[in-house]
Amino acid sequence: MGYHWNWGVFLQPSATGSDTYLGWMISGVEMTVALSLSAWVIALLLGAVVGVLRTVPSNVLSGFARAYVELFRNIPLLVQLFIWYFVLPELLPVSLGNAYKQSNPVVQQFLSAMLCLALFTSARVAEQVRSGINSLPRGQKNAALAIGFTLPQTYRYVMLPMAFRLIVPPLTSEFLNILKNSAVCSTIGLLELTAQGRQLLDYTAQPYESFIAVTLAYLLLNTVVMFGMRWVEARMRVPGYIGSK
Amino acid sequence: MHEIYEFDWSSIPGALPYLMHGMVISLEITASAVIFGIVWGTLLAMMRLSSISPLSWFAAGYVNLFRSIPLVMVLLWFFLIIPHLLETIFGFPRGTDLRFGSAIAGFALFEAAYYAEIIRAGIQSVPKGQISAANALGMTYGQGMWLVVLPQAFRNMVPLLLTQAIILFQDTSLVYVSALADFFGAAYKVGDRDGRLVEMLLFAGAVYFIICFAFSQLVRYYQKKLKVA
Amino acid sequence: MIIIDNVSKRYGDFQVLTDCTTKVGKGEVVVVCGPSGSGKSTLIKCVNGLEPFHRGEIKVNGVSVGDPKTVLAKLRAHVGMVFQNFELFPHMTIMENLTVAQLKVLGREKAEAEERGKQLLDRVGLGAQALKYPGQLSGGQQQRVAIARALAMDPVCMLFDEPTSALDPEMINEVLDVMTELAQEGMTMMCVTHEMGFARRVAHRVVFMDHGCIVEDDAKEAFFAHPSSERARQFLAKILHH
Repeated sequence: MGYHWNWGVFLQPSATGSDTYLGWMISGVEMTVALSLSAWVIALLLGAVVGVLRTVPSNVLSGFARAYVELFRNIPLLVQLFIWYFVLPELLPVSLGNAYKQSNPVVQQFLSAMLCLALFTSARVAEQVRSGINSLPRGQKNAALAIGFTLPQTYRYVMLPMAFRLIVPPLTSEFLNILKNSAVCSTIGLLELTAQGRQLLDYTAQPYESFIAVTLAYLLLNTVVMFGMRWVEARMRVPGYIGSK
Repeated sequence: MHEIYEFDWSSIPGALPYLMHGMVISLEITASAVIFGIVWGTLLAMMRLSSISPLSWFAAGYVNLFRSIPLVMVLLWFFLIIPHLLETIFGFPRGTDLRFGSAIAGFALFEAAYYAEIIRAGIQSVPKGQISAANALGMTYGQGMWLVVLPQAFRNMVPLLLTQAIILFQDTSLVYVSALADFFGAAYKVGDRDGRLVEMLLFAGAVYFIICFAFSQLVRYYQKKLKVA
Repeated sequence: MIIIDNVSKRYGDFQVLTDCTTKVGKGEVVVVCGPSGSGKSTLIKCVNGLEPFHRGEIKVNGVSVGDPKTVLAKLRAHVGMVFQNFELFPHMTIMENLTVAQLKVLGREKAEAEERGKQLLDRVGLGAQALKYPGQLSGGQQQRVAIARALAMDPVCMLFDEPTSALDPEMINEVLDVMTELAQEGMTMMCVTHEMGFARRVAHRVVFMDHGCIVEDDAKEAFFAHPSSERARQFLAKILHH
């Protein structure tokens, strides 16, 4: 059909100078990984707190946690991202907002993207944590309280360590989700992998190579995460419990 | 100069018809992708569970491929690459607006991979003895699947399928990358035009929240009823 | 009616059935017993082709089960089977459970199928439960429905795969009563069961299996009076002394 394949294009120097097009891809991968990892750390911590709050015997706390989860679950990620990026700086007191707006645009993009992904994912992590805690045998909590643990100690030493082990597989898929969701951040101009793909397409005029390369890069990232998490899962297995060998 | 941002919601009333039209587009994309996704997802799930290896490999490959790529990337394929490919192959006149069709195709093929996994789990949740019992009564594989296994599987899956539909509805906002005026695209355009992006984005968020929250409460209610029955 | 001739089967390296040979004549009731893991359930599932076998031949009513040309669905339509775990279809009412195969497999009219269903439900004493769902019945009731469902197809013979072993003790008799009645009416039956009382009452022959082999195949009286193998003696001693 007359298309001229040219995989060598990746080794050519890029239109803007020093780097090659392959260099663009690599920096895209780096940005995607940095964004996903930093958001993931925040999401895990926040998600653990909110998830625990959902199970505590206090209507106020569990109600707050539920509202948090519902809020972040029922608004599209793209809308949340735009609110973080476009709306929040406007709502800050003007002096602070102006200072923020004058900072490095890449920092602005990265911060908005990271917070957005982190909070969005934390709501989902919270739900996993809650279901992990609820799936523990009821006697566990009573047994811990019976040997004199306070409620926070019960969570800290008995319920959370077990719950987290149980939810490693769903947390893995949440991490894969964060990796995929980070592509949404290309819409605010953050140069992660997808955005680099679009740039490649524009600059190289080799649409198929550009998109195939980016798609393969995502597949590769996925595979790496899957193997990594399988290793974590195997190490955290509790002997004699369901799913362990 | 004010220390605090002053809201001005006045661009919303006049823009309502335009926003409604955008909402119709969002819902159309959601509905067609859900229907097609479930049909194709069911077929994929049955292939994946089939004892014919090439079929099961194909389905596994398809599902894993689509579940590894971001939806944005899939949509970009469908907006930037596939129309171009179709133009060259079928000789559509250049510039034919394939965006709406592309959006639906992209969503449907993508969501089918997710639906396939839900449905596969649903089919596997039906005890094996049920298929034996159907066979023992002289039903063929197809009859056993259609009359005995799938009805039970779908009943268990309805809440998950509906929850996936809510996610899909939220995801339709990503057609933003094609500049197609779905609800979010419309809200963004109005906000951009009137210099009222803050208000329009908050309004769009509120509308999505109300719709998705209400629908998810319905699903939850249905789930509870299902548990009792 | 049922001829099992030198049937062998393995799962990978594991030999499940070895050269099994027996038969069930028309109107005969044969009880198959043996310790768990002896292959008795596998053997009975081979009879209607739910389990494939590697060697030998099984003929039901003159039709070869292992022959690739045989349409198994057609054969199964006339061989009733009752399972250990009932396997009623939970999403259908009792009446729908009884009629679905009559409608879709035999192609009967709805009215006729329901008439037949009603008749059989009355017969197993559950006429009042037609509109309930399986989950609303006790285990014993469910198993009686399962028997009625199999009978609704007007089978030429019936296969029972441990029909009472998933039941609470107080429900066993209501199922055995239905089976006994069926036997007395002259139904051809092959039953895998541990209910030796049932075997004494209605069986014509008893087949004893161990490690995938048929160890004994005797008239009932002979089997209970003086089993010829040591393994069968031990088995009977264990079962009867409870």
